[in-house]
Amino acid sequence: MYGLQVWIGALLTLMIFSFLYKDNPFYKFAEHLFVGVSAAYWMVVGVWGTMVPNMLAKIHPPLVRNVLPALATAEPEFHYIIPCILGILLLTRLITPIAWLSRWALAFIIGYTAGVRFSRYLQSDFIGQIKSSLIPIISVGDGGFSIGMTFSHIVLTVGVVCGLIYFFFSKEHKGAFGAASRVGIYILMVTFGASFGYTVMARISLLIGRMSFLGEWLGVIAGWFS
Amino acid sequence: MSVVEKLGNVDRRIIFLLIALAVIIPLVFNISFMEHPSPIVQTIFDKIESLPNGSKILLPFDYGPSTAPELEPMATAVTRHCCKKNHKMYIMALWPTGQAQALRVIEDVIEEEFPEKVYGTDYVHLGYKAGGYGLINTILADLKKMYTTDAEGTHIDEIGMMSDVQNLRDFAFICNFSAGFPGLKEWVQFAGDPGDIPVAGGTTAVSAPLLYPYYPRQMLGLMGGLKGAAEYEAALVHGYPEYEKVYQRAIAIMGPQAIAHLVIIIFIIIGNITFFIEKKRAKKSD
Repeated sequence: MYGLQVWIGALLTLMIFSFLYKDNPFYKFAEHLFVGVSAAYWMVVGVWGTMVPNMLAKIHPPLVRNVLPALATAEPEFHYIIPCILGILLLTRLITPIAWLSRWALAFIIGYTAGVRFSRYLQSDFIGQIKSSLIPIISVGDGGFSIGMTFSHIVLTVGVVCGLIYFFFSKEHKGAFGAASRVGIYILMVTFGASFGYTVMARISLLIGRMSFLGEWLGVIAGWFS
Repeated sequence: MSVVEKLGNVDRRIIFLLIALAVIIPLVFNISFMEHPSPIVQTIFDKIESLPNGSKILLPFDYGPSTAPELEPMATAVTRHCCKKNHKMYIMALWPTGQAQALRVIEDVIEEEFPEKVYGTDYVHLGYKAGGYGLINTILADLKKMYTTDAEGTHIDEIGMMSDVQNLRDFAFICNFSAGFPGLKEWVQFAGDPGDIPVAGGTTAVSAPLLYPYYPRQMLGLMGGLKGAAEYEAALVHGYPEYEKVYQRAIAIMGPQAIAHLVIIIFIIIGNITFFIEKKRAKKSD
């Protein structure tokens, strides 16, 4: 069984890799298979991972006695009918005359998301980041003055200030202000470079993962002949 | 056509072939390099090491098979470390595909290397729950409201190690393995910051630059991509020399990674040189 799994995985990997040469029917087949399997997987997860335990088991627990017996004896929680109705309202988009009803569910989703995310962003990404940027430029730790940390703090402070100046468009970027803005561009370039480097590392890691897997497959084939 | 022009117009398939060779040859010959943990990774190791034995650690597996080559080595190393320290591991997933990935680590590390560990006493697999950051927001206040069963459908009250867990604040440390959204950023925003819970984790290399700003005040440490995983493995080997003889996947893979990077750097240099030579020639001809 394991050998069959490896064979299917290896052949699909080779089909996808064949696109590097040029587009071909094998690549198209693997691509369509992936889309189909993914859609089916998400559908199954949605039903068995969300609708059954989070809706059916809450509203009418005996309904799930064959699949989730641990929840079948729980007390019904009827307030789960509200999200259930909102979910059904979302589907009314498919029926043109009553499609407007879906806006009620969307309004709820948008309102909840905006409210929850706003407060957390404010705390972690706005206030939190300002706090993290307000650091002493000269670093004195337990071991006394640290030249490395001091340099790091200077780079951070200059980087933040110049980066912000670059995005300040209410004043013309001239003179000292323009010079700081130029430093801001360099800081941004370094950031993009680091991101690009990390992206390359990520893609190569995935390639190595696939190559290792193909090596495993060759091992399975070699096993037949030994 | 001159050499410069030829280099400037090299067929992309030749580049693909060279990258493939740069990966395959070091893999075949097991070329690897020494790894040393950087402070941002060492802090995660030190945190797990410094916690008293039996501490509760939450391990959310928020990734799928597509990013497993990067994240599985770090998940394996951290789980191994937690087992060594006899910490109680609470495994969960915000990604549907994370549940199966967690199961792989449970089978390969906990069940195979530490067969004495008992399910429900030393570790529990809570499985996948929908909701993303909304779920984190809810379990920060009440975990059992969302988790009524574990991944196998056993009632949460029948699992011994869940008896003294009410919410996320009961965990000594959260170590997340994240491939994107929802992931480490959401764990910092919705659990670490509001709950004052130590949060750290590993991410794909693509996401790492976006998470560095949270270190060190809001996020204890970060394992960025395969390099971060290799550094954690190095820290583990240094702390537990018995692992010197055990195959460390990320360290082994960093060999091909470094060679492939070298090839890419060479191509970038060649590309720049040819660009400037062609530019100079164009100026002269004008």
